[in-house]
Amino acid sequence: MTYPLVLFRRMTDHPADSHSIDRYLETGGYEQARVALGQTRDELVELVKSSGLIGRGGAGFSAGLKWSFLAPARPAYLVVNGDESEPGTFKDRQLLERDPHQMIEGMIIAAVANEVHEAFIYIRGEYPKPARRVQQAVADAYERGYLGSDVMGSGYHLDITVHLGAGAYICGEETALLNSLEGRRGEPRLKPPFFPAAKGLYMLPTIVNNVETISNLPHIVERGIDWYKGLGHDVDTGTFLFSISGHVKRPGNYELPHGITWRELIYDVAGGIRDDNELKAWVPGGASAPWFIPSEHLDIQITKSVTDSSGSMLGSGAVIVMDETTDMVAAAERLVRFFAEESCGQCTPCREGTTWLDMILRRMLDGGGRAVDLDLLYDVSDNISVGVGWPPKQTTICPLGPSAVSAVKSLLDYFRDEAEAHIARANRVPLTIKGGGA
Amino acid sequence: MWIDEEGYSLRSQPYQAPGTRYQVPENALMTWSVSTLARAHDIIARYPQRRSAVMPLLYIAMREDGRLTDDGMRQVADLTGLTPAQIQSVASFYVMYKTEAQGKYLVSVCSSISCFLLGGDDVLHAVEQAAGVPAGEADDVIGVEHAECIGACGGAPACLVNFELVEGLTPEKAGEMIEWLRNATPEVINADELQTLFGGRRSFDWAIKEENGAIGPYPAFPPFGTAAQNTTALEPGRVGPPVGGKVPPPSGGGRGAEV
Repeated sequence: MTYPLVLFRRMTDHPADSHSIDRYLETGGYEQARVALGQTRDELVELVKSSGLIGRGGAGFSAGLKWSFLAPARPAYLVVNGDESEPGTFKDRQLLERDPHQMIEGMIIAAVANEVHEAFIYIRGEYPKPARRVQQAVADAYERGYLGSDVMGSGYHLDITVHLGAGAYICGEETALLNSLEGRRGEPRLKPPFFPAAKGLYMLPTIVNNVETISNLPHIVERGIDWYKGLGHDVDTGTFLFSISGHVKRPGNYELPHGITWRELIYDVAGGIRDDNELKAWVPGGASAPWFIPSEHLDIQITKSVTDSSGSMLGSGAVIVMDETTDMVAAAERLVRFFAEESCGQCTPCREGTTWLDMILRRMLDGGGRAVDLDLLYDVSDNISVGVGWPPKQTTICPLGPSAVSAVKSLLDYFRDEAEAHIARANRVPLTIKGGGA
Repeated sequence: MWIDEEGYSLRSQPYQAPGTRYQVPENALMTWSVSTLARAHDIIARYPQRRSAVMPLLYIAMREDGRLTDDGMRQVADLTGLTPAQIQSVASFYVMYKTEAQGKYLVSVCSSISCFLLGGDDVLHAVEQAAGVPAGEADDVIGVEHAECIGACGGAPACLVNFELVEGLTPEKAGEMIEWLRNATPEVINADELQTLFGGRRSFDWAIKEENGAIGPYPAFPPFGTAAQNTTALEPGRVGPPVGGKVPPPSGGGRGAEV
């Protein structure tokens, strides 16, 4: 079964030079930016709103709605979030590296729609190669007059600057990203009052969109709402980029329509489990998402609403597949450790809680598990995210802390017996009082 | 959090008013070369506010000294109008700013979930063994560290050498790579070369080979210096697309006229 490609079309048809401006122009590039330059803010916001485009950064919020919230003060800024750091996610890397002009054209459209004259692309520090490609693409676009003081002869002025991060997952959170772009520590800001649309970069109205979201825009302008909706399934319009990794035969990025089942995704698209092992569990939407298990979730449809109501999320589209050989306590520990390391340290429940969760899980793995540990895991989780439910309740400024609870909750919900087995095999030294005499 | 009447945060310094000119203090001891300072000023000119240049300037400081030194942070402070303490506060937040020497080649082995599932820990142990350096430490040539997800999950397990990617590693290949780094001591670390010699499965088709690469344990990005950039020194005062990708706005434009 093949599915229509949109974002991956050019790099699939022209693998050798899909990143170059010549190939981009030859395949219809920058024509949609010209169309957008002739339209008003209201027309473009309405177009994107009614296309149903959902932000692809993980939170799943309507892109058009986000645009419509932009406060009237000017100057306003556009920031493209290329700080892709969620474990399991590598789709933006491919878009940045293989088709940077698609994103730059999307940025021109977003800039015109939001009356922005200064835009930034924030790329994570571990992606220097994609950043070099984007920098080259930006320079080429300037040279050909697609950026600068007179975009395509329209008199519109747009500057784009590429900004490299320095290794902090938290900067993928939009307000942390803005702090980082201002030359500060990447600590998230309180919302309210610091909603970027009102008080963003330099306390001015700011639009923050993901690379994939922005890359969709030229196609929506070109082919219209009905076509874009037709690609998707019900309210989940357009295609979706899945990053599939772990114990599958064909890991990689796949552009797919919403509405196929997990069975199709894992067994058809990704070729099934390595060595034809049994599937044990998978993470459906990045490290922050609760796991799915084959006995309950294999045949449900992949849409935002179905995934949400099944107790998880599509998030950034990262699917991490685990086969029967996986030690689920070890997997949970590795997921929790990520959040413990990446916690910015502002909020106590996250800073202390994620570290506690990691230490308890590591103790269980090291053979020092105690009978109370599962209750303790739940208790600490409850302190980070009250009720340990889904969607997670938040005790912190940003969702990083509650995200760490997802793996623990999944472990306790689905693989409690494995965790208990770890504790049962613990080689505990009987407690003795040293130097007691007698 | 305190906010003044204009909605500006008062956490550290007031937001720079548009049109404010900042002069590097006359008593500032500038130890960077003229070409490095020109590069720094070129970067500062790209941002609406000077403070935004802190992160790129910290990379420049690392390139100057091979690591982030007190002197380097002081230079960044003088160039941005902040205090050295503020610069240190930013630098200490991000893991890619290194205050300790990392050797000539920093090998960052991913140990997040997707790499872990496919043997990332074995690769890390092999790297530690071959280098004779435990994770978190460095000798004169090789530094080893574990990294959190580096976005190469489809080609797991993976690592970065001076932030250039190698995917589809095995413990054996990782060991060979360390031997090669020690014996061949390449001047430039190029991802395509490393991948061809030691890599395996990739997250996706890389398609085009790139000549450019890293010249030290910091990311190879044109404004901070790459192999290709190193040969063509930046002319003082140069602005425009080839390096910055940015044309100065027309006079009277939306941005504060900052010098």
